[in-house]
Amino acid sequence: MLPFLTLILVCQLAGELVVGALALPIPGPVVGMLLLFVILMIRGDVPAQLEQTASGLLRSMSLLFVPAGTGVILHFQLLGEALLPVGVALIISTLATIVVTALLMHWLGKKTSDG
Amino acid sequence: MDNLSETWVYLSATPLFHLTLTLAAFQVANWAFEKTGRNPLLNPVLGAVLLIVAVLLLTGTDYGTYFEGAQFVHFLLGPATVALAVPLYRHWHHVRRSAMAIVVSLISGSLTAILSAIAITWVLGGSGKVLASVAPKSVTAPVAMAIAEELGGLPSLTAVLVIITGIFGAMFGPAVLNMVGVKDWRARGLAIGTASHGIGTARALQVNETAGAFAGLAMGLNALATALLLPIIWNVLSTFFEF
Repeated sequence: MLPFLTLILVCQLAGELVVGALALPIPGPVVGMLLLFVILMIRGDVPAQLEQTASGLLRSMSLLFVPAGTGVILHFQLLGEALLPVGVALIISTLATIVVTALLMHWLGKKTSDG
Repeated sequence: MDNLSETWVYLSATPLFHLTLTLAAFQVANWAFEKTGRNPLLNPVLGAVLLIVAVLLLTGTDYGTYFEGAQFVHFLLGPATVALAVPLYRHWHHVRRSAMAIVVSLISGSLTAILSAIAITWVLGGSGKVLASVAPKSVTAPVAMAIAEELGGLPSLTAVLVIITGIFGAMFGPAVLNMVGVKDWRARGLAIGTASHGIGTARALQVNETAGAFAGLAMGLNALATALLLPIIWNVLSTFFEF
């Protein structure tokens, strides 16, 4: 478990370095994800222990958003003032995004859905 | 009794208390979620946030003090994002075969998220600061915050809007996808990941691994697409409209 947690952290750190050095507009961990992906492609399989470590992290991924979500406490006033525009925009825009993306993928991906 | 209250004062100031509070609140919220057959209205992220906010308000604790304990949980978001490489690798054969469909759907979804958020907020009278904070709401928090700052919004407000968008999409996305009749796990995952970033991805992973892999991919790609497209769209729009 520990070697692969280290590998994951090394990928994240390398991702942060790449993003910092090249001033990329994406977060370090996303670049870290690409790095780990490339490593897996080169290796050709997922070591069982990496699988365990990764699924351990991913199973509890929802929990990890709780501290940031609690930040809502800082913005009660501003959210209250802009409740109508922000509330309606979030609801409609989120649902519209889901519908547009899903339907396009559903139609365009049909040809490739065998298997 | 004096001892107890002294101990309480001490404990409530250490990271241990707020770390424990975060985990305990999530356990309670998740228990309620599972107990009701995963009723979307009892989304565990939402439930845990509400419980913690109630405790913080009741004990008069500020967010900074809370975060000293909660940061250990928050920190794991980075490694968890890196770990998404594993389901992505496992489902790469799906991704490669539908690469073109993914790119077209993702860019369309990204544009829908940006344009509809800006248009609706503007029509309903949101200020320029609020507009700039809402526009990147579908993107994972660190990217959204950086974009909001660039456009003159409030990064900390954006972080909250991003989380609310994530929770909302995770709650109602599956029902909407059922309504429009999309059953394909690839399309469902891609849509939830595009609209609701990591929180949608976390939810998708619980339901189906293919959906989770596509959601994780969409989250990463939409971060990139929005970071590139939104500043351009913002510049064009602000030459035509007063924000």
